[in-house]
Amino acid sequence: MIDKKVPTPAAAVAGIHDGATIMIGGFGTAGMPLELIDALIEQGARDLTIVNNNAGNADFGVAALLKSKRVRKIICSFPRQTDSYVFDALFRAGEIELELVPQGNLAERIRAAGAGIGAFFTPTGYGTLLAEGKETRVIDGRNYVLEYPIHADYALIKADRGDRWGNLTFRKTARNFGPVMASAAKCTIVQVRELVPLGALDPEHIITPGIFVQRVVAIDTPSTRRPTRAAA
Amino acid sequence: MKRYSRDQMAARVARDIPEGSYVNLGIGLPTLVANHLPKDRDIFLHSENGLLGMGPAPPPGEEDADVINAGKQPVTLLTGGAYFHQADSFAMMRGGHLDFCVLGAFQVSAGGDLANWHTGAPDAIPAVGGAMDLAIGARSVFVMMEHQTRSDESKIVAQCTYPLTGIACVDRIYTDLAVLDVTPQGLKVLEMVDGMTLPELVDLTGVPLAMALRQLNAK
Repeated sequence: MIDKKVPTPAAAVAGIHDGATIMIGGFGTAGMPLELIDALIEQGARDLTIVNNNAGNADFGVAALLKSKRVRKIICSFPRQTDSYVFDALFRAGEIELELVPQGNLAERIRAAGAGIGAFFTPTGYGTLLAEGKETRVIDGRNYVLEYPIHADYALIKADRGDRWGNLTFRKTARNFGPVMASAAKCTIVQVRELVPLGALDPEHIITPGIFVQRVVAIDTPSTRRPTRAAA
Repeated sequence: MKRYSRDQMAARVARDIPEGSYVNLGIGLPTLVANHLPKDRDIFLHSENGLLGMGPAPPPGEEDADVINAGKQPVTLLTGGAYFHQADSFAMMRGGHLDFCVLGAFQVSAGGDLANWHTGAPDAIPAVGGAMDLAIGARSVFVMMEHQTRSDESKIVAQCTYPLTGIACVDRIYTDLAVLDVTPQGLKVLEMVDGMTLPELVDLTGVPLAMALRQLNAK
């Protein structure tokens, strides 16, 4: 019997190695898997490359991971926020490497990794600083930039409901990067609000099928540390 | 000569967005446009983080941390709205499915180049988000900005000095002084605030401007 459920966040992040590339879901704090990140900090893996849309808010979640000095590099689209002081200080001190990626290119590079695409041409960023040194091509009279996929060893994702096969539904805009990241990592670890019996999720409503998911842990009393209002 | 207020600029942009449009409003000044879209017009607001059919901010106490906009502020979903993931959201943007986007800007060049993501200052922390995708993706790209900086320099320039967001991507510019179209023949003035003359506007702008044909015909 296949059962991807694990009992605790600690069990969910077991085995993450030093030097791993880890995708972390979320747009700001919506969809950020706080309990999995806390478990990762506790677990102690270091020299990590993190892929996230942002670079942490206040002192919790991604920001706490950065503060723990376990992150060598972050790949993201929008690090600068009103409450990104942890990242800002590390960046100004030269203690973290930043790869800044236009948000659609970030999403598509992640999607491409999950979909087995070798590289793709995108019009986004052509002629800008963020395409410097990249291969370009004119296709049907339009300029494109060649972008490569972003693969990950692990993805940490927050979903709403899940079952023991790893089928997932999401909640509102907290879906954001979850489905594409789930497809792009060798091992996708998901925290769900509620674990339900197999068959309880309507097959028509499953957003991420279990084939993309390796471990599921239920967090039925999610952290309340996220602010209700955190302007970018 | 009286400059448009921010709300007047927003109302002016809103007038050009017809029923049935799919629209993305950028962070900052463009978000004001939503307040001026007529309630009886079905206009679909897209938010890059994954929703279509975005409604106004919820009443205090009814915020949902999982329903936010691109600025990470609480919003609502209108009846008939939808949620989707990032790759789908940016397919809508990059794939030419949005009829309009309205963006703020540091500078726009006479050729329609846009600079709105980075000042290039050595100590600035760069952040780009969806700006580059919107700039090249929406069918019509509107810029909404003050005509001049606080030190009275024109934000409409011959060549952008700030790092570019996109090349030749802007279609129309709405400022507190005028509405201008970017055309292959240069910038064409559609409207100016009351009391403004073309020579005065050219003087403030510092690049060649001509009245749009439809404007000349209307005189």
